[in-house]
Amino acid sequence: MNMPLQAPPLGSAAHKIVTLLEQRTGQHLDVGRAWRIDSALQPMLRERGLSSLDELVARIAAGGRCEEGLADLVVDALLNQETSFFRDAGVLDLVLTAAMDMVAEAPRRLRIWSAACSTGQEPLSLAMLFSEAQERSGLPLPEIRATDISARALARARAGRYTQFEIQRGLSIRRMMAWFEVREEYWEAKAELRYRLLFAQQNLMSDPMPSGKFDIVLCRNVLMYLSPAARSQVLNRIAGVLRPGGLLVLGAGETVIGHTEALVPSECYRGLYRLAAH
Amino acid sequence: MKSCLVVDDSKVIRKVARHILETLQFEVREAGDGREALDRCAEQQPDVILLDWNMPVMSGMDFLRALRQSDGGMHPKVVFCTTENGMAYIRAAIEAGADEYVMKPFDRETLESKLQIVGVA
Repeated sequence: MNMPLQAPPLGSAAHKIVTLLEQRTGQHLDVGRAWRIDSALQPMLRERGLSSLDELVARIAAGGRCEEGLADLVVDALLNQETSFFRDAGVLDLVLTAAMDMVAEAPRRLRIWSAACSTGQEPLSLAMLFSEAQERSGLPLPEIRATDISARALARARAGRYTQFEIQRGLSIRRMMAWFEVREEYWEAKAELRYRLLFAQQNLMSDPMPSGKFDIVLCRNVLMYLSPAARSQVLNRIAGVLRPGGLLVLGAGETVIGHTEALVPSECYRGLYRLAAH
Repeated sequence: MKSCLVVDDSKVIRKVARHILETLQFEVREAGDGREALDRCAEQQPDVILLDWNMPVMSGMDFLRALRQSDGGMHPKVVFCTTENGMAYIRAAIEAGADEYVMKPFDRETLESKLQIVGVA
């Protein structure tokens, strides 16, 4: 018989860790995902010679500079970094179409923001897509800003290094040959591709937003982990950096509806969102 | 239902590939070498072929060249699936007419994404 899933008891170490994650990131670790706490933090416990989650929480609660860093590592370990190259490829094709329309209407260098870029596959996919479009049709290369809350994920994104499993997920062999090089046991994005991206650490809930306005913001598979209040907050903050006519791209199954009045579904690009007219 | 011919001299690899492909709703047939694969293609052309490189009797590369040169209009998608993961091997496979390339070991997500790239999944 399957036992019903239960939330971590109030006051338990697991509950304190869930609270820490929510305070730092807005992510709500619901009952169905609470089982991840133990498995995600076991390597950290072993590494530090800690015997239990209680000991880990006590160490964080003791305070001090080292413990502050420990809290960051705990949060980092609990974040879902699942991603792949050209994830939902049809959506990225739609982004390219929209970008070409924007440039045709008002020629300029577009600004694109890959918010929550994880280990970098999304911004690198965009860089490949736009580089190929530039070669084909002369479309100006956009500025692509890539941010993530996780310092660990961002370090990997900056390095542009992927395992054999990661490189093969979603990336065609022709693109792999064109844009990556073998470095020991890794596949590394060529410098010419990596240098087209601007990386920065960014907490979508609390850090100052990047300066200036963006033509396209991709924030995929983030809202699904947030509480309703946090979803509204993040969407309103993103709306604040979209230029008029700009577009927001969410993950499959995510929507602005019911979370903000600042954004509405785009009539021109199915599945994408634009600023509401006021 | 799309069909896939798995060409590999390893029974274990064929079994693993069959399991993944069947969960992706493919009708699966098997061949243990390139010669047998040509016979299977002559009987019934698959939508896609998952092809090992090193096999007895006829290698994957020899099979691919024979397939692409045949007069029967046999143009199924071909995905090489091999432990040969050097750039020179990959380039040779593409030049010989392969549509995609999977480096072993692979998992379900990898195989599914490659089948999507060649337009059969």
